[in-house]
Amino acid sequence: MTGAPITVPSGAEEETPSSAPAAAASGRIGRVLRYVAGRLLTAGLSLVAVVVAGFFLFRILPGDPVRAMTEGREVTAEQRAELRRQFGLDQPLGQQFLDYALGLLRLDLGTSFQYREPVTELILERIGPTILLAGTGTLIAALLGLFLGVRAGWRPGGPADRINTTVALFFWSVPTFWLGLLLIVLFASGRDPLPGLFPTGGMTTPGVTGTVNVVLDTAWHMVLPVSTMVAVIYAQYLMIMRSSLMDERGADYLTTARAKGLRDALVRRRHAVPNALLPTVTLIFLNLGQVVSGVILVETVFSWPGLGQLFYSGLRVPDLGLVQGLFVVFAASVIVMNLIADLVYPLIDPRVRP
Amino acid sequence: MTSLLDVRDLHVTYRSGGVEVPAVRGVDLSLDPGDTVGLAGESGSGKSTIALALLRLLPDGARVTGRVAVAGEDVLTMRWGRLRAVRWAEAAIVFQGAMHSLNPVRRIGDQIAEPLLVHGTVPRGRVRDRVAGLLEQVGLPASRANDHPHLLSGGQRQRVMIAMALACEPRLIVADEATTALDVMIQAQILTLLRRLVAEHDIGMLMISHDLSVLADVCDRVAVMYAGRIVEEGPAGRVMGAPVHPYAVALGAAFPRIGDPASRLAPRGLPGDPPDPADPPSGCVFRPRCPVSEEVCATVDPPLWPVDPDTEGRSERSAACVHVGQSKEGVR
Amino acid sequence: MTAEPASTPPPAPPSPRALARRRRREALRDLAREYARHRSGVVGLVGLLAMVVLALAAPLLVDPADLTVTRAPGAAFEPPGARFPLGTDDYGRSILDLVIWGSRVSLTVGFLATVVSVSLGTLVGVTAGHFGAAGGTAGRILSSILLRLTDWFLVLPTLVLAVALAAVLPRGTGTIIIAIGLTVWPATARLVRAQTLAVEARPYVERARALGGGHAHVMLWHVLPNVMPVVLAQTTLLVATSIIAESTLAFLGVGDPTTISWGGILESARNAGAISSGIWWYMIPPGLAIALVALAFTLCGRALEAVIDPRLREQR
Repeated sequence: MTGAPITVPSGAEEETPSSAPAAAASGRIGRVLRYVAGRLLTAGLSLVAVVVAGFFLFRILPGDPVRAMTEGREVTAEQRAELRRQFGLDQPLGQQFLDYALGLLRLDLGTSFQYREPVTELILERIGPTILLAGTGTLIAALLGLFLGVRAGWRPGGPADRINTTVALFFWSVPTFWLGLLLIVLFASGRDPLPGLFPTGGMTTPGVTGTVNVVLDTAWHMVLPVSTMVAVIYAQYLMIMRSSLMDERGADYLTTARAKGLRDALVRRRHAVPNALLPTVTLIFLNLGQVVSGVILVETVFSWPGLGQLFYSGLRVPDLGLVQGLFVVFAASVIVMNLIADLVYPLIDPRVRP
Repeated sequence: MTSLLDVRDLHVTYRSGGVEVPAVRGVDLSLDPGDTVGLAGESGSGKSTIALALLRLLPDGARVTGRVAVAGEDVLTMRWGRLRAVRWAEAAIVFQGAMHSLNPVRRIGDQIAEPLLVHGTVPRGRVRDRVAGLLEQVGLPASRANDHPHLLSGGQRQRVMIAMALACEPRLIVADEATTALDVMIQAQILTLLRRLVAEHDIGMLMISHDLSVLADVCDRVAVMYAGRIVEEGPAGRVMGAPVHPYAVALGAAFPRIGDPASRLAPRGLPGDPPDPADPPSGCVFRPRCPVSEEVCATVDPPLWPVDPDTEGRSERSAACVHVGQSKEGVR
Repeated sequence: MTAEPASTPPPAPPSPRALARRRRREALRDLAREYARHRSGVVGLVGLLAMVVLALAAPLLVDPADLTVTRAPGAAFEPPGARFPLGTDDYGRSILDLVIWGSRVSLTVGFLATVVSVSLGTLVGVTAGHFGAAGGTAGRILSSILLRLTDWFLVLPTLVLAVALAAVLPRGTGTIIIAIGLTVWPATARLVRAQTLAVEARPYVERARALGGGHAHVMLWHVLPNVMPVVLAQTTLLVATSIIAESTLAFLGVGDPTTISWGGILESARNAGAISSGIWWYMIPPGLAIALVALAFTLCGRALEAVIDPRLREQR
């Protein structure tokens, strides 16, 4: 099920009461280097694939990008030709790809048709709010999902499991954007008899000054978007934690822990959960793509001034340069996060230490 | 004197999918301080179930009846709080297959220290020293405390398990197949270690193994189990050297070598398989595989009976076979 | 598990073929009985069937003319009442009628996108698994390339990819189906590959190979039938995913503007300002419909999974 590099070293069966530290250490450094190099290579290939896919999707698949972007607008043939020249679309495809790829190396993601600005700048302007929203949402969702997943998986079929699984499945079945719309109608629209507790969108109220006030105002704006994100993505964390813990439940070391006289809660917390957590962490990182999807929808619904809303505004035009840049950034960030997870994972799990 | 461990009429029944599967069917055992008693039998004979039942460690689906007294206190009716206090502090278990019995993600020092902290055996500040002492006692350098289990060899892990079992200085240790997964040399080392520690600390030990020769080596008395019941019981040397029950005869003959993994499944020269516990044969459960079975064996399920009793009907050994009962009446 | 078709039955009066058929029928009946023991699965199945019947019967319940913007029967934003049980939209169309009609597109896209992704996933999974287990050097290279490709797709943000595809291809229902189908297949491929590897290790597959069965023969006759149960459960779960994905694409405005779908209704609701002015009857019914259908499919899929996977069955 997992794509995780879980390789459990087979226990050396020879009786070696004192290991030979020097030889082991030098062999170990080599293994670590090989592991890191392997991961870097895989991530690098994935990034190249993303770059090629971005070019294929937005330069080749649409046929004539300029026609696609200007469809339904009154644009003369001369203007179209001018646009083509501006975007370098009059060049042969090979040259176009080279320009695009070399541009990426300089972190140049092209120019937005809609804003007439470099895509990189647009992204840098908006990346802060997205990280704030996605980070907060993912953190809360992961904590909530893991907490409830432990409760559900420790006694599968019990009342806690039934309630948690049912609620999680329901939230998982709800489209993210609809849940956001629902929350706006319920808590923000201010239609009688409901009071408008929260703002319908945005990140700050214009005119608010002072650090404390801005922080409080931002937090107030974050309540509904973060709740939406959490509700939709915590379910999968819950299910992952639940099944990992269920796999550990029959383990012998838990019998040892019980035999030692530990309370059930301690057996779970000190022994079962740390073992179940490791596959869970991997899967959480593998599912980061879902977080990106979630953040696009939540930002769109709540007019949150981040990358997701930028993506949505790019889609409406369609502003292919902008959408292409965002596609590359979204995909690359997921790949990089997974690379980090792969490199950090052995530090937390002694079993996969190379 | 109260015996250290007193098991009376222990029954364990597993429920699986609506079917009741009896795993232990009326076992009596008793162990005095300093005694070493062996429990032998094939896989599935109920030996390990007994080990878990002693500290009420069986899963929820198992029904346990009878009496299990540790130092005079009935474990089966004990409150949870008291039970947790008895676990490890009074009776500890050296589990089989130390690879899986140690938590793979925690350092072994922490795992040895855990019962010390839970039971408050030594003051917090002295836990590290105690762990180091325990490791040295089982022949491991104290620096090993910082290692994770997978860095240790099988024998080393088994030593860690023993150190862990000794942590709270229990009066009873149950060694459940403690040497099974090890090769012959290591097995001998671990057995020597166990024997020495048990003698030094005056610990009572219940040693469970499929390997009768291992038990005969270490134990004072040996009980042989078949299909959830003890079929022969007596001084180790005599059960090993001159067994009476046909199953004990087969089991004794089955182990020319220590640690032959194939022999774990079935004693050599014994036809057939152990009975299906959910559907045992009538009469004596050993009948279908017994080389000396007779017609009566299909109807009579013999209890443990004294072997060669003295004039008052007492004997230091007993066996559950109609031939033993008949011999008493002089029919054989 | 289902009957294994390759194990030969003992010589008996009825022909082996009839016997195999009977055994398969019995296995199917056992499976149905086992399924019936999952209450949530039965609930899901009933809900799902009701929804399909509703979608099929939509032309009898709704006059398509009432759904045109110009000939809408009511006034704008009428709250729920006797004439319009769920109120009207900004053009005066009945929300109930829109939701009933919308089920047709949502279900169709959900099903067809699943067919695309499951076919693709099964093809990739079986090929990768089979050649990984039995291929020569070339086969193993092919297998590892497919695996890498699957992992790459698995990590990519699905929605971004689907939206991008839907945005650059010509608008239409076909585009939506392809956009979803091309992006959600990797999970199926992983699952099918794992199952294929398990099947390939079975003795009768090795026997078939030893008897000279070619790759196509082994994959079609031995691997595929044994992989099907897992694929079936996965299919059911994927329909839920696809329906949600369809509504999401429609909501983001890359759907087919000429058809009525649940996601499309929600997009119109948002564009008409129904959200900020609190016109709840415009946006609750279509969203609830999506959630309930997705939930019904998910419940069915989980029950099927539990019936098929003995490990899960014990945990019930």
